[in-house]
Amino acid sequence: MEIRWRNDKIELSELDPFLTELLRQIPASADTSGAPAAEQRLFSSPTNGKETEFCSEWKMYVEPELRRLFQTATQTVAADLEQLNGNEKSLANRILRIPAKHADAWLSTLNQARLVIAAKNNFTENELNDHFRSPIGSRRDLSLFQVNFYGFLQEFILREMAS
Amino acid sequence: MIPLPESPMPARGRFELRTWYVSLLLMSCGPRQDTGCLAQIKEIEGTSYASNQKAGTITTAEPTIEKETRSEEDLDVPWQVVVHNDPVNLMSYVTMVFQRVFGYPREKAERHMLEVHHKGQSILWSGMREPAELYVQQLHGYLLLATLEKVS
Repeated sequence: MEIRWRNDKIELSELDPFLTELLRQIPASADTSGAPAAEQRLFSSPTNGKETEFCSEWKMYVEPELRRLFQTATQTVAADLEQLNGNEKSLANRILRIPAKHADAWLSTLNQARLVIAAKNNFTENELNDHFRSPIGSRRDLSLFQVNFYGFLQEFILREMAS
Repeated sequence: MIPLPESPMPARGRFELRTWYVSLLLMSCGPRQDTGCLAQIKEIEGTSYASNQKAGTITTAEPTIEKETRSEEDLDVPWQVVVHNDPVNLMSYVTMVFQRVFGYPREKAERHMLEVHHKGQSILWSGMREPAELYVQQLHGYLLLATLEKVS
């Protein structure tokens, strides 16, 4: 897979079916449904537990707004990923072009996905830092790979935005 | 927070699968705008935030409804915005968030990021409660673990 900044777009080319599928799974991976640990991580407490009134206000007013914010970003990413729709055969060597103005939405959704996957799998810090774990032999390994792959994309977007 | 590895994800924009033997069967697994809800509460209480984009800048409007929900003592005591370490967020991402939310220069943002990374938490800002709430809200929008705490 090649990734570069070109004509105000982030271009991911030479995508093989595996990475294409990982990209297509970004929006679904960011979904916290049925995963209380992931839900708790994305909507963490705004206090150290002493401000109960503030916490209930937060739950009532801020949390729904955060949900909308995250959902909007995910929808933007999902719309960009429609470029990858097609049958499996046509997934080889696909190109994904992400408009620069969608970079923030991608950063947010990739972060959501990484946090949700990590929370669902309860990864330890050692596992998250073990970038050489291979080959992928289990669902857990695959999830860890996803976290790292999405992190790579985040890092690229961040570097390009900074430059 | 985790730094990105140099391999198998090199920094040159090329991602190689190498010898990662993956069965596609496994595949079946299976901005930005800022929020303003607390601002709405504040409006009811007679105070409105001028802008969510410029965190920390508030203007007071003519109070229309008097509704006291917190003691004056709460508002007077200095508050601090604390960011806590988490093992998933990238160091570069956290630095960017600190720059955006607090307007810190890169060096200062990095110092705080490293403090979070090494000491488990960092106090990013302290002052009046209302802007502190807004900062925490923005940080949560970026999915950072942030809390509002009374200065002890």
